[in-house]
Amino acid sequence: MTTLEPNRTATASEVVATRSTGTKATRAIGIAAVVAMTWLLLFALVFSPADVNQGDSVRLMYIHLPTIWVAYLSFIVSAIASGMYLFTKKHSLGWDRMAGASSEIGVIFVGLTLIVGMLWGRLTWGVFWQWDARLTTTALLFVTYIGYLAVRRLDGSHHQRAKRSAVIGLLGVLLLPLVHWSVRIWRSLHQEATILNTDLDAEIDGIMFFSILVGLVAFSLLYVWLMLHRTRVMAMEDLLDDRGLDLALAERRAEGGVR
Amino acid sequence: MLTNQVLPFAGVTMLIFGFALDANKAVLELVAPGLVWLATMFSLLLLVQRAFAVEGDDGALDAMRVAGVDARAIFLGKAIGLAIQLLLLEVVLLFAAVVLYGETIPAGGVVLLVTTLVSATCGLAAVGTLYGGLAAGSKGRETLLPLLTLPAVAPVLIGATRAVESALGTGVAELSDGWQWVGLLTVFAVVFGVGGALAFGPLIDE
Amino acid sequence: MHSCVESSGVGIAQKSVFDPIEVSRNSVQPVAAIGNDDDDVSSDPGPTATSSGPVIELVDVVATLGQFPALSGATMRVDAGEIVLLRGPNGAGKTTLLRLCAGLLPVVRGNATVMGHDLATDREGVRPHVGLLGHQNGLFADLTVAENVRFWGATVGASTEEIGAAMERMGVADRLADVPVRKLSAGQKRRTALAGLVARRARLWLLDEPHSGLDQRGRDDLDATLRQAAAAGATILVASHELDRAESLATRIVGVVAGQVTAGGTRLLRGASPGCSRRRICASSVAAACSRIRCCRSQA
Repeated sequence: MTTLEPNRTATASEVVATRSTGTKATRAIGIAAVVAMTWLLLFALVFSPADVNQGDSVRLMYIHLPTIWVAYLSFIVSAIASGMYLFTKKHSLGWDRMAGASSEIGVIFVGLTLIVGMLWGRLTWGVFWQWDARLTTTALLFVTYIGYLAVRRLDGSHHQRAKRSAVIGLLGVLLLPLVHWSVRIWRSLHQEATILNTDLDAEIDGIMFFSILVGLVAFSLLYVWLMLHRTRVMAMEDLLDDRGLDLALAERRAEGGVR
Repeated sequence: MLTNQVLPFAGVTMLIFGFALDANKAVLELVAPGLVWLATMFSLLLLVQRAFAVEGDDGALDAMRVAGVDARAIFLGKAIGLAIQLLLLEVVLLFAAVVLYGETIPAGGVVLLVTTLVSATCGLAAVGTLYGGLAAGSKGRETLLPLLTLPAVAPVLIGATRAVESALGTGVAELSDGWQWVGLLTVFAVVFGVGGALAFGPLIDE
Repeated sequence: MHSCVESSGVGIAQKSVFDPIEVSRNSVQPVAAIGNDDDDVSSDPGPTATSSGPVIELVDVVATLGQFPALSGATMRVDAGEIVLLRGPNGAGKTTLLRLCAGLLPVVRGNATVMGHDLATDREGVRPHVGLLGHQNGLFADLTVAENVRFWGATVGASTEEIGAAMERMGVADRLADVPVRKLSAGQKRRTALAGLVARRARLWLLDEPHSGLDQRGRDDLDATLRQAAAAGATILVASHELDRAESLATRIVGVVAGQVTAGGTRLLRGASPGCSRRRICASSVAAACSRIRCCRSQA
């Protein structure tokens, strides 16, 4: 049993050495995100006008649109990373962690979108939930990726985790076009997508449009900042698992009385 | 298994729906297509679990892997087996809808109805087999399987329900609308069929 | 502690069925050192020098179950035609070793080559040559005995005659052939699984407690089958606690302790009649390993 002690302290010190996931770059991005968020607050709450029909409730749009944008972005990044893991020769776990981190962020932001959307719906439609195509498919997206996260937590090796979740990540992303064009597909009462439409300037006021852009930039910066930290935390978790294996290995070897 | 447990289960589900909707015949007739597919999906979960218990109980999946049986063949075999059982089940459930909910099947809608059944069933079987295989060896598979499967087959539920509504002429549904939904169902079945066959090997392997 | 009692107890009980013919066959092999205690390691695996190279070559292989290193450093070399007995206490990693050789588990560390295929890159390539009998039989409960054997035979394209012969071999041909497997007793299921294995004509047999559940005749059938397969060039790894029977069968005995097979098939006990002294050694080494495991667990 004495052989175990040096190993344990060594592991502890190494973890201490890499305690932070922050670097100069992440700090810069973090500060930029904070600044952009402040701008967003100013534009959303002060500079932009209230809507003729919807009144002040339209200000929810400045969160609603950026959050769903980040969610789309997350799931697309997740799918690309999943594909890279599956189809590159090296099967690098870095891609897998990228997919996992991106999906986690995506789930949070779809959740936010749904909550904000429901509040907005209460104010404009008078109900929290409408069974229209956009809401239904977005909810579907949410539960699909909750399933994805559940699969990542299954027992097994890191590569097993990567394989399983990559398959679901690649299939799950197919919901995105369904969500995005659901309104057209179902011809329902949800308003058409405004920002990704081609004739956008005709529809909304210049300062509103600019506010939305600020929102997109702010939330994209937030996404990048979260991604960098989360993937690094995941890398450390994996490293810790490997260290755990080293320890368990040393213990088992000592148990055998050899080496 | 199909006849002595799943079929009765699906039948009971249809009855329970009737109770839940207060045996209101007008409502039941309107929602019958959706209820048929809902009962099918719940039964799918049971059938998938059963399909993987056949090997899991005695380690035959391992044995097949060692024997070098092609994973795509296992996937297709399971999916076809599931599809046949599901088709049988759906026919019985439709019959139950006719008897219990007063549904009528117009002659003009039969072709659309059969096409819908086949395309939707292929999609369901592919999803069930893929996620059944993924969940098979893991802890908590009883809960993981529905969590993965139900959201994934929700498009089938929506599409197949609308198509069957068109075929049966319930509500305001038009026959011509139905074929668009069949298109969606077919795309779904192909995506999950091909994706599942390719992914199945790596998924069941450690 | 249970395992210790169990293994030594069974060993004694099985002494009467020791096969004298096998002793003479085994004794042709060079007799290597017999360990006096647990740490005594013989240096030379004594390869039976074949031109085709080893069937199994493991170098410091680590394999995990979840995060647990079930194999913590297996180094072993097995040549064609050998019957190797894997011996060790419960939880030593024998089952994991067999599953690894069958290409079912990924190699976490080290190098493993089986039948010329590197397990790190080509686990699928190994599998068709391998017959694995695990704790579970791998049978389809709803199919009959004959259907099961035919299924496993079909994976290598075995003919009807070969499949019939395989069933004959394990004594499930006549009365049992058309009985669904779910109606069989444990021993009959084991026989069916073994018949399936025979029908697969594997070049490497990996057997995990193959004798369990079998009656006297079944065990004799199995041993005869294994000897015949080995004589025909197949390589066989058996994990067993039925020491007497397995020792009579084996051309080599390899100890597995705490996930390790040490130094190229060390702790080599060869051939000779299992004398009283050896059994005591076995029992004591097993007991020592048990106590170590308990000790570690209580610390952890």
